[in-house]
Amino acid sequence: MSNPLDPEKLFGKGGPLERLYPLHEANDTFLRTPGHVTRAASHVRDAIDLKRLMVTVVVALGGCMLMAMYNTGYQANLAIQAGALPLDNWQTMVFQLLGLQFLATSVLSCVVHGALYYLPIYIVTLAVGGNVEALFAVVRRHEINEGFLVTSALFPLVLPPTTPLWQVALGIVFGVVIGKEIFGGVGMNILNPALTARAFLFFAYPAQMSGDKVWVAADILPDAVSGATTMADGVSGATWLARAAVDGPEVLTYLNWWDAFLGFIPGSMGETSTLLCLAGAAILILTGIGSWRIMSGVVAGSFAITLLLNAIGSDTNPLFAVPFHWHIVLGGWAFGMVYMATDPVSASHTNIGKYIYGFLIGIMAILIRVVNPAFPEGMMLAILFMNLFAAFIDYWVIQANVKRRAARYAA
Amino acid sequence: MEHYLNLAVKSIFIENMALAFFLGMCSFLAVSKKVKTAMGLGVAVIFVLALTTPMNNVLYQYFLKDGAMAWISPSLGQYDLSFLGFLAYIGTIAAIVQIVEMALDKYVPALYTALGVFLPLIAVNCAILGASLFMVERDYTFSESVVYGLGAGVGWALAIVALASIRERMKYSNVPAGLRGLGITFIITGLMAIGFMAFGGIQL
Repeated sequence: MSNPLDPEKLFGKGGPLERLYPLHEANDTFLRTPGHVTRAASHVRDAIDLKRLMVTVVVALGGCMLMAMYNTGYQANLAIQAGALPLDNWQTMVFQLLGLQFLATSVLSCVVHGALYYLPIYIVTLAVGGNVEALFAVVRRHEINEGFLVTSALFPLVLPPTTPLWQVALGIVFGVVIGKEIFGGVGMNILNPALTARAFLFFAYPAQMSGDKVWVAADILPDAVSGATTMADGVSGATWLARAAVDGPEVLTYLNWWDAFLGFIPGSMGETSTLLCLAGAAILILTGIGSWRIMSGVVAGSFAITLLLNAIGSDTNPLFAVPFHWHIVLGGWAFGMVYMATDPVSASHTNIGKYIYGFLIGIMAILIRVVNPAFPEGMMLAILFMNLFAAFIDYWVIQANVKRRAARYAA
Repeated sequence: MEHYLNLAVKSIFIENMALAFFLGMCSFLAVSKKVKTAMGLGVAVIFVLALTTPMNNVLYQYFLKDGAMAWISPSLGQYDLSFLGFLAYIGTIAAIVQIVEMALDKYVPALYTALGVFLPLIAVNCAILGASLFMVERDYTFSESVVYGLGAGVGWALAIVALASIRERMKYSNVPAGLRGLGITFIITGLMAIGFMAFGGIQL
């Protein structure tokens, strides 16, 4: 006797819920291997499929997610201890109801405080973006793909902790719909959806996405925090890149390089820790998911342009003098290189193209940071810009290859 | 020298004709289906822009500007012919486009057929006239107008080639039926403009 609630019957062809098949399929294959396999002739097979590939990326992001919670709380607690006021919002209320103190030295206090900012943003991203994705999947009859898990994991990590939740929702809808779904879904988009969402918010709501007020979840009054503390502990609220742009790179002497490397600096929630990004990079490279070609291209490009800028120097723009070892630990450089630039869909597909693509991202990112006074951070825009040219780089590489072969066989 | 370099960077990236001013949209959207054709049109636009902007500059500096004709005879110095600007500039542009068209027809007939109606339409491509008008508005010198015309052309060509390669890659995409063709191209153009905003705010 067959089970009348057998999902294959309910959602399968001719079943009453046939239209909702993508929802069932997503749940089913998230935990189990997809049932359909390649049947036609010669085809490269691998134990890993797109779903497991995407989940591996999320695993590689795990460190950054934990750090997002800890550091968001740590920065806020640090500022509050230095004299800033806690923000007047429900997060502070809940935090105080739990009976915790704003202590930068207490890991528990930091993690709970940070989680109160990070988790709502992540939940809103998943709920709103996931539903939009499911809606498109049902209407357009394609499968829900774990690609969205990656997008939704990346997106909160590149947001400032104080982003209003409605902006989070708006951003992820823009990213999923305009950045991905109207092109047909995972694997067919031209720009990285998470970056598209971030850039959209950045240009649409600059007040909540940039400046000195958004990076630390505390109300920093200039006169409440003494100048000495500001310099020593970095509780001015601005990111160090922004401060270097204003006060010159000498300001970086107040910052311990190792603090920046480990990620105890203000910034977007998940991007601060270069160490954890490198750990993620190791996972991605070892599993063969992230392209080491792109990553090495980014490193080489950034290194070359930094040397060049250092050599040129400038009397009016102090950022020319920021050395390479600072560039890589500040802002979103490491995070962008590891998780955003290596997005296999929006990057160049050819191997030579990947070097060029990465190299140009490295150059652009540092150039925007240094030369463009409007944006102290350049990684996001550099990757987005190079996404536009990824296809052209591929075209160029393929044409060169065709020409070389034609010449070889003509001879 | 640095000044000209800045002007070139500005005209290629910061004030990209297609993606910052949205000029020359009709051929930008229509001739961007294949990279090869787009490259051809891009080169033609570079050529036309690099010729017409300096030529119109000469026209403006020596004939149209207020008091510009004083060099012919002092009595002509009282005239201000700048109201004839549009007419004069578009005349120059049309003439140059004719020359380009004849040259392409003779030497690269394949490209000539591929470009089709859009080649003569370069004459009314707003990016071309736009460059001349910007040149007048900003009062560029002759050498500045050479750099600016060339840069504006390169910027436009870069944009159309990038768009064309994206559209070629999009053969694998599954765009909703209502958006296929121009609809999705408009959206891509918008997304590209977001990408080019990376340069917004650079003061050179």
